Amino acid sequence: MNVAVLIKQTPDTAELPRVTVAEAQSGQLQATMVINPWDEFAVEEAIDLSDRFGCETVAISMGREGETDALKHALAMGVDSAVHVDERVIDGGDEWATAEALAAAVKKVDTGEEVELVLAGKMSVDGNSSVIYAGVACKLGWDLLVNVTRIVDIVDGKLIAEQAFEGGQETVEVPLPVVISVAKEINEPRYPSFMGIRKASRASIPTLGRDDLEIRPSSTTRWTDLNKPEPEDVQVRIFDGASVEEKVAQLADALMAEKVI
Amino acid sequence: MASSTELLYSEEHNLVRKMAYDFTRNEVMPIIAEHDRKHTFPFELLPKMAQLGFLGICLPVCYGGAGMDFLSLGIVSEALEYGDSSVRETVAVHLALHALPIFQWGTEEQKETFLPGLACGDHVACFGLTEPGAGSDVAAIQTRAVSEGGDYILTGEKMWITLADVADRFLVFAKTQPDQGARGITAFILERGWQGLTTGTLEGKMGVRASNTGWINMQDVRVPAGHRLGEEGEGFKIAMSCLDNARFGVAAGSVGIIRACIDESVKYALQRKTFGKPIAEHQLVQQMIAQMQQDLDIGELLVWKAGTLKNQGVRNTRETSMAKWFCTEAARRAADNAVQVHGAYGYSDEYNVERHLRNTKSAVIYEGTSQIHTLMQAAYTLGMREDRPLRCPMPAYDPDSWQ
Repeated sequence: MNVAVLIKQTPDTAELPRVTVAEAQSGQLQATMVINPWDEFAVEEAIDLSDRFGCETVAISMGREGETDALKHALAMGVDSAVHVDERVIDGGDEWATAEALAAAVKKVDTGEEVELVLAGKMSVDGNSSVIYAGVACKLGWDLLVNVTRIVDIVDGKLIAEQAFEGGQETVEVPLPVVISVAKEINEPRYPSFMGIRKASRASIPTLGRDDLEIRPSSTTRWTDLNKPEPEDVQVRIFDGASVEEKVAQLADALMAEKVI
Repeated sequence: MASSTELLYSEEHNLVRKMAYDFTRNEVMPIIAEHDRKHTFPFELLPKMAQLGFLGICLPVCYGGAGMDFLSLGIVSEALEYGDSSVRETVAVHLALHALPIFQWGTEEQKETFLPGLACGDHVACFGLTEPGAGSDVAAIQTRAVSEGGDYILTGEKMWITLADVADRFLVFAKTQPDQGARGITAFILERGWQGLTTGTLEGKMGVRASNTGWINMQDVRVPAGHRLGEEGEGFKIAMSCLDNARFGVAAGSVGIIRACIDESVKYALQRKTFGKPIAEHQLVQQMIAQMQQDLDIGELLVWKAGTLKNQGVRNTRETSMAKWFCTEAARRAADNAVQVHGAYGYSDEYNVERHLRNTKSAVIYEGTSQIHTLMQAAYTLGMREDRPLRCPMPAYDPDSWQ
């Protein structure tokens, strides 16, 4: 069993507010691009599973030509290999088209054995759709687990995992192959090691194009408009009082007046 | 899109940069202001830095190091000091002032004995040159080393020693031939626990409060001959070569301070409004920020130049001195301006810039005062100073043999 981890290159969260509508429309972002922070949990889990079960790991990312910083980061963290999917495959398509391309890439990547587990972060900090991994599962025809907080075991072709839901947690067992989105509680992503950095900087990352994937993805949605919300004019109030209790009481009154609580 | 800084460096360096800055933002910055307030050493960072290989970053893998180059050392130094000077100082002292001198001047047996424990952080090391009565005037040190039965007996006191009360390895300098001036100085590696060796912490520092600064007292400490580094009388040259290593880290770290001051000042200047508009629109605020950017651009290039020469194994005493002199003064200017941009808020420890200002004052004093570097540069330019070849030059970086 081998593991594929889906990652996305996103603007640094600190710089996200500065991304303009024009940049988002053209895809030519001026921001520092990094691995989507949520995907780092998926990468860490893939590396951990590799240590536990001896599986090969491959990171897959779709992006513009040469947009491989996130893949290099995953390699530096310790995944075995990386594959770049040229975003022209989907020709400006939507999440559904993206999922189809990534699913085709999962089938295409050569890791020695078949990929039977796909890991992904629960969302991206830019698009924020949280549906790509579901689409990938659908296109692959595999089961889907979301918000997984722990992979307990993989045994006899089955994966046992804990997943969180609002107000509780459950342990589930699913047959492989399966697609999983991980929650941040699942692990603590490691920093890239110097050895990993050397490996990543020397790695040649193959790109899969339309001919490689043999797909013609179609989109069902398109942007008809794109705009940035006006920044909120936040007012700061400082409560004066003789004691902490008095200040807290004023704060509580103010929150109730604003119907926050 | 790659920044102009990233274009100066290789992809490997830029991956190191991201990792080191992530480490600083995630691990250093959340805790360091409180350590600074309490004057406590951030012991919790040592195992993390050791695990990532920071403590032996530019030592060959065969000695337990990470096998990276000197530019990588500069990048990590810059990133750490973006958070706080004290954390960068730990790496500078441990690695550049102790482990690297052993790598440069030690016998093969000494390298194999001492370096792996230093690279993995099992041992923490410091450098003892300055004394109560001898700072810039190194030849005036009073610590004595007397040969006795194949060993040396050391007596004396070291002062203003970074990590003195934290380290368990000490590279100290003592006079074996007191009448020979600088030529009578010899270097020794001491270990905590040896009889007669005591250390203490100095209190009341203006800055670098999250670093340990202290004293080392030696009362008839018996040092085996195998712990002598280099030849007898070679200590002054060893000490000066150590400074070539450490000053590079100081310079690179100062670039990190300037970058931090710019980031914080820009953020504040765009938010803070006076006279109905953000202060970033006031020209005198712009002037201060432009000055910081100018200093950053110059500093980056000086550090890159010195690091590149180190990688090539070219003697770089002049270039490293220039980088240290310029960058530390520029960092002090930047921190001063950053406090000014922040106004009254900058004067409180609610913001980081006042800590940077206090820290930068130490950097224009240690590792050669700005005055010493001024004289050095004048002497080079006037043809009054020339660097002679060393018996043991620092090897050029060789990725094949170091990795």
